[in-house]
Amino acid sequence: MSVAKRIVIEPVTRVEGHGKVVILLDENKKVIQARLHVVEFRGFERFIQGRPFWEVPVLVQRLCGICPVSHHLAAAKAMDRIVGGENLTPTAEKMRRLMHYGQTYQSHALHFFHLASPDLLFGFDADVAIRNVIGVAGKFPDLAVQAVLMRKYGQEIIKATAGKKIHGTGAIPGGVNKNLSIAERDGFLKDVEQHLAWAKSAVKIAKDYTAQNLAKLAPFGSFDSNHLSLVRADGAMDLYHGNLRAIDAQGETIFDQVDYQRYVDFIAEEVRDWSYMKFPFIRSIGPEKGWYRVGPLARLNTATFIDTPLAEIERKEFRAVTAGKPNNITMAYHWARMIELLHSMEKIQELLNDKDLQGTDLVVKGERREVGIGLIEAPRGTLFHHYKVDKNDLVTQANLIVSTTNNNEPMNRAVAKVAQDHLQGVEITEGLLNHVEVAIRAYDPCLSCATHALGQMPMEMTVLNHQGQILDRKCRG
Amino acid sequence: MNGRTDKILLYGFGNPARGDDGLGPALAAAIEELGIPNIEVDANYQLTVEDAAEIAGYDAVVFADAAIQGPTPFWFSRIDDSSIKRVGNQGGRIGWTSHSVSPAQVVALARDLFASRVAAYALGIRGYAFGDLDEALSSRAIDNLTCAITFARQALVERQFEHYVQEFGPQTAGTTAGSSTWKASP
Repeated sequence: MSVAKRIVIEPVTRVEGHGKVVILLDENKKVIQARLHVVEFRGFERFIQGRPFWEVPVLVQRLCGICPVSHHLAAAKAMDRIVGGENLTPTAEKMRRLMHYGQTYQSHALHFFHLASPDLLFGFDADVAIRNVIGVAGKFPDLAVQAVLMRKYGQEIIKATAGKKIHGTGAIPGGVNKNLSIAERDGFLKDVEQHLAWAKSAVKIAKDYTAQNLAKLAPFGSFDSNHLSLVRADGAMDLYHGNLRAIDAQGETIFDQVDYQRYVDFIAEEVRDWSYMKFPFIRSIGPEKGWYRVGPLARLNTATFIDTPLAEIERKEFRAVTAGKPNNITMAYHWARMIELLHSMEKIQELLNDKDLQGTDLVVKGERREVGIGLIEAPRGTLFHHYKVDKNDLVTQANLIVSTTNNNEPMNRAVAKVAQDHLQGVEITEGLLNHVEVAIRAYDPCLSCATHALGQMPMEMTVLNHQGQILDRKCRG
Repeated sequence: MNGRTDKILLYGFGNPARGDDGLGPALAAAIEELGIPNIEVDANYQLTVEDAAEIAGYDAVVFADAAIQGPTPFWFSRIDDSSIKRVGNQGGRIGWTSHSVSPAQVVALARDLFASRVAAYALGIRGYAFGDLDEALSSRAIDNLTCAITFARQALVERQFEHYVQEFGPQTAGTTAGSSTWKASP
């Protein structure tokens, strides 16, 4: 039996919600597996049991400081089913969509400019002291200002549609509790053209970078995979609502137009003893090969087309790189993400010019149900909320599959691939850590369902031998 | 600066569903309820880059957050040029996948991108229980919060922040005397 050595990368940047990477080597010092440990919101399902169902869309926002709107809307969609109000009024659906596109816009802008652009602008191996948002601000101040204002614009849309910046209450079971005033609409419309221009320039940055570095990026942390997302009935990308579509690495359909109320017939979750996060997979294929990617890359692969003109042009260019076949390049997530950023801004413009947003018919109700399932394409990927509610209106059971969980296996694969390509000996070099970070960041994992407090720990890397002894340790921060 | 400023923002941050991590928003809510004239209050789960644009227009900002270490019941410090310089030199502990930034990073961005001269302070309220999903503050954290509210109200009314930095900096705050000074009346 070979003796495995373990290399542990332990970035403790938060009190909880940190990730830890364990790379397993065989006796010949070859990488045989990588394990990304993510401590997420364990116990949240239990936390909401016993709560009245109408509280849930507000309560679930506490899962995450970065994507509370995704949880708010997914929970609201599930509760629509509970109250029999899933056929929303035009005003309600468009208000929710505006909220969601505002969120996607600010989330993608934040990730690209805050987390990804330092890698892209300074290079993977640049000193971590400058390879960060502060470094970008110093060297590319115009870009940094643009990023901050893009993020702010999306946040203001969230505030206008959800009612508040945090703990928004805009979406309620069966509808929304407010429309968009003329003053709010006009305030956003005056800046739309500027944001469209910025979104186009962001796509160009990502596209040009990918094209110029394709030889290096194509193998970086890459592997073939299945892809999963919601799509509209006609196959169009739809970030708010649709049916499930899954394709394999070659683009062959695994299933299509599956009503997500039946997702449990198609998706299962595997538990592994070393991880708190589950590993979702497609039932018909099994856990070994049925895992899939979600998020911008998956959505660009699954969608037949995008229904906004500028983003559709960009989608065609994106797909041309792989001759129309699914793009399985991990680093192409960034380009895909910026195409969605542009799509979101086009949708925001479309919605702001729609008079339904000033409508007053906000809520519908119908036949009461005891089970509600809500799915949404969150910025990081497909988000599942599944609840059971008893006759006393209390939640008795909840199951959430968040986007980062859906990408669990792919992130592990990406780390393993990077480690195989860049690990030399058993020492954790700065270069290895940099490359592992870059690969994981491509997925934009949300580890922020966590606390943070003044006095937090720095990032730490540790090398352990097979007996658990520390061979090497590195700290950042 | 002499500590007297005109346009002031109190910004509490933290996750109220994570036990004592909710100290910052709890303090913000309490101060907002007091309705102190010319004091604006904001709160969020965490700080992000667009907060640089928000704070840029203020004369002073006080960031209130839970502290996992340091003096009890709270400490108060200036986010000065040296702490901002450390951000530039060390990457400022920007997490590898974290989307949040620290108060010093927000101030650095406000200065670099928006030519802001905002004076910035940190109010760290000592907390103890962070890991579990819990909307309640621990009893010790509630005691510390009570003191911090009393302190913050007086500091925001008087606007003599520099004076309080001397008295309640991380190296000096938390003494028995300090604790009793800010113990709220029952």
